[in-house]
Amino acid sequence: MKKSNICYKIGLVILMVGFLVTVSSCSKKKSRLDPMEAYPSETEISAAGEQGGDAVQTMTEEELEAQRIQEQEAVRIKEEARMNFVNDDVYFGFDDVTLTSSARMVLKQKVAWLRENPGASVLIEGHCDERGTEEYNIALGQRRAQSVKAFLINAGISASRLSSISYGEERPVDFGNNESAWGKNRRAHFKIQN
Amino acid sequence: MSQFMKMKLSNIHFLVAYVLLISLFLSPQCCFADYDYIKISDPFLNKIPVAVPVFKSLSEESAGKEIPVTASDLVKEFLAFTGYFKMIDREAFLEDLQVKGITGPKINFDNWRDIGAELLITGGVTIKGDQLQIEFRLFDTFKSELLFGKRYKGRLDDQRKIVLRFCSEMVYRLTGKRGVFESMIAFVSTATGNKEVFTCEFDGYDVKQATQSKSLTLFPAWSPDGSSIAYTSYKNDKPEIFIKHLRDRTEKRISFDGINITPVWMSGKKQMGATLSFEGDEEIYLLTESGKIDKRLTKNWGIDVSPTFSPDDKMMAFVSNRFGSPQIFIQNLDTGAVRRLTYEGKYNTQPEWSPAGDRIVYSGMEKGQINIFVINTDGGDIKQLTRDAGSNESPSWSPDGSLIVFSSTRTGKSRIFVMTASGTDQRALLTLSGEQTDPAWSPSFKEY
Repeated sequence: MKKSNICYKIGLVILMVGFLVTVSSCSKKKSRLDPMEAYPSETEISAAGEQGGDAVQTMTEEELEAQRIQEQEAVRIKEEARMNFVNDDVYFGFDDVTLTSSARMVLKQKVAWLRENPGASVLIEGHCDERGTEEYNIALGQRRAQSVKAFLINAGISASRLSSISYGEERPVDFGNNESAWGKNRRAHFKIQN
Repeated sequence: MSQFMKMKLSNIHFLVAYVLLISLFLSPQCCFADYDYIKISDPFLNKIPVAVPVFKSLSEESAGKEIPVTASDLVKEFLAFTGYFKMIDREAFLEDLQVKGITGPKINFDNWRDIGAELLITGGVTIKGDQLQIEFRLFDTFKSELLFGKRYKGRLDDQRKIVLRFCSEMVYRLTGKRGVFESMIAFVSTATGNKEVFTCEFDGYDVKQATQSKSLTLFPAWSPDGSSIAYTSYKNDKPEIFIKHLRDRTEKRISFDGINITPVWMSGKKQMGATLSFEGDEEIYLLTESGKIDKRLTKNWGIDVSPTFSPDDKMMAFVSNRFGSPQIFIQNLDTGAVRRLTYEGKYNTQPEWSPAGDRIVYSGMEKGQINIFVINTDGGDIKQLTRDAGSNESPSWSPDGSLIVFSSTRTGKSRIFVMTASGTDQRALLTLSGEQTDPAWSPSFKEY
């Protein structure tokens, strides 16, 4: 009796910790994601936790732990896909707006994410390296953004979800004065707008 | 008088040119570079030696005691700025006009000819209360005669304006051209942390912030009357064109879908050219003053950007990548016929048509370095004006066509520089914190 009481207490503590982790990851997620995308299963567990007792006994600690890990993993994967979507830039050659084969590979990932997240609208930023002159580079950056936009529209993404802007050479990611830096700066970058 | 002076000066030029020609033949290995970037008859190479002794104080007032020195120094500074004159060091002077006097009969012109001065400027300063009067005399030392004299009255703090009036008159009489001293320069500076448009006088004096966009602001362009500056700003999170009236502080916005950049006025009509991309392609359009589209000027898939109009508004030069890399093209605005202007190099941009209409200044990139070039509108006589001195961009003509303002990274950060139209006398215009780019020289403000 004493032992099972301790077990019960430990179970409760684990449950509480699990609950806290879920809530914290949930709130983190909410701040970044569309509320439409939230998982219904998470709220069920929290509700059970609040009621105490009954529901808990239908799950073993291992099952709870597994579920918690699984959910965390799902959140992590989704978050990672989102991070990749935002972080993976599409790169271009000097004074070039054509999409290379590696640019197309990156863009296929973008298409996949946009399909999985039909509520998301994105801004495509076109950028250039510091070489060349500003006026032409703003036009060139716009053309890079347009190249990317055209690819996405051809892949079936609605044009209404895509907007574009050019910053020319004004927003480099690498301030170096060499080909490696220039290569990183000649890019189309994605921003999620909602 | 001016006719006479021009004749006289051309005689001087002939003489100097002759001497130079001889020295060229004597040392054949020294010259004949890739481009003949300085002509032998170039007035900026054959500077006229001028002596400007400290002005004479003609009153006993204690206020403004420094003005005889400062005003004569300003004369030297302004005249040197034009590139036409060489200032003779006062240490070399043989005659003290403070003692002898500033009028013709009191001057021994032998003493000025002997130190190489072809022109002599004397001045007298009279101060009464807060009233300032300066009289100037310009002498031809070889003819020992007064070319012209002027007396200007103003307040004590009008010293700069008075000296500018005299210098403007003098340069006009010697060259037949006017405008540099009555002009301003707009540029972009990062001094506030954002790129904003600033203005200053022709020589970098009196810097003022013209825009408060608190965001990326680029490409200032003056209206033909100098009352407004058009520019591109990202203040609404996309590149849009704004026209700011400098005195009224009012502002108009031109915004279509996509980019709205590189505004530039026609010189006669109240119309602007600009690059817009709302049709999915960067094309140049003619806009009314209120920002409505009058017509589309370019019709070619590819980037068309950076329009500049000939002084008679009949032609437009612009940048296009229709043949691959960016090159400068000229379009006849009546017929629509387009011809390619630049063939040298793979990257030629930022054209600006000269006030006289015969030349186009632009920036060209070779081996990763951007330099300033000028070319005839028929494609001939290309001259490279900058070399081996960082990146040199955004050239803009002074209203009389004698000088070119541009940005350069030759000293590290990008700064505004000025040179003569033949590339001589390259110097920094001003020193400000941050980086300065995109200079645009204003038209002449006729009244001072």
